[in-house]
Amino acid sequence: MQQDALFEYLLRLGDNTLVLGHRVSEWCGHAPALEEDIALANVALDLIGQTQLWLGLAGEVEGTGRSADYLAMLRDVWDFRNVLLVEQPNGDFGQTIMRQFLFDLWHVLVLDALQASSNTQVAEIAEKALKEARYHLERSSDTVIGLGDGTVESHDRMQAALDLLWPYIGEFFEPDAIDLAAQENGVGPDLSRLEAAYREQLDRVLKQACLTAPTDFFAHKGGKTGFRHSEHLGHLLTQMQWLQRAYPGASW
Amino acid sequence: MGIDTPTSDGNTASRNEWPLWEIFIRGQHGLNHRHVGSLHAPDAEMAIKNARDVYTRRNEGVSIWAVEAQHIAASSPSDKGPLFEPAQSKVYRHPTFYDIPDEAGHM
Repeated sequence: MQQDALFEYLLRLGDNTLVLGHRVSEWCGHAPALEEDIALANVALDLIGQTQLWLGLAGEVEGTGRSADYLAMLRDVWDFRNVLLVEQPNGDFGQTIMRQFLFDLWHVLVLDALQASSNTQVAEIAEKALKEARYHLERSSDTVIGLGDGTVESHDRMQAALDLLWPYIGEFFEPDAIDLAAQENGVGPDLSRLEAAYREQLDRVLKQACLTAPTDFFAHKGGKTGFRHSEHLGHLLTQMQWLQRAYPGASW
Repeated sequence: MGIDTPTSDGNTASRNEWPLWEIFIRGQHGLNHRHVGSLHAPDAEMAIKNARDVYTRRNEGVSIWAVEAQHIAASSPSDKGPLFEPAQSKVYRHPTFYDIPDEAGHM
């Protein structure tokens, strides 16, 4: 795989976990129960840990000396390559959990496939991250089912969250030149095969959660290609990056 | 979420809180499960998951037990006298009047 295409591919993986990790961390101290607060913080930390690996490798591949920290804290919004789903605001707890579930389901499938990557470093990171992602999925799918099949209020909130986030699923599976290059070189998976597995598992959980999947297949795009992020990402970056921007080079 | 409705006797009616669970963790193979604390969870499965997140995030455990607190039968603190004091004056119940042979090793 061409070095610049591999760099882009790794940015996508790292930016997904970075942006979602930051979003989830926004709940710290605000979750509806102490136990959920700790659990969400653990998920956020797992995702940020994975980010260090993906962006660290991306920096190595790029070869211009940019570290994981540099890539995370000093790139501007148009250089981010995460899917639009992960930058969406937290909303209520139900919306956060639905977003997490829709991501976790994809995350487990893609990491599972990446374990067989022709790039051994990619395969090793995927293997490590998969254990964490499996737990995230178990937790988020159980919570989606619990709330979807809960009270009238919790069901309505979960249905509203699903309706809101539904159009962001398609971007995962819409292949572009980078995805195709990864697939051809055996670095990344065939996205259409991933989508079939995703839709099947999604249906199963939604049925258990008494939720109705919208029938519209319109998909928002432009996050992973960097073509057009939603307005939310810029606001997120001002929070996440302000310290490095205000005090360049500051370290712990 | 339900609304807390204080009643005249000072108790809170139907707080809609998750039940309380007591959590036991086994630290290593071969050791007993040890009580580490309690937490709230809607059901047993979530109690285990919450325990994993609350009590094992620094690699403390290899096994988790969760018991709903209401199912634990506990002795009453006011029974402390009749329950435990009679044992205080019976030093002969401690096996301290024997010389342990060296071959027996550490007891």
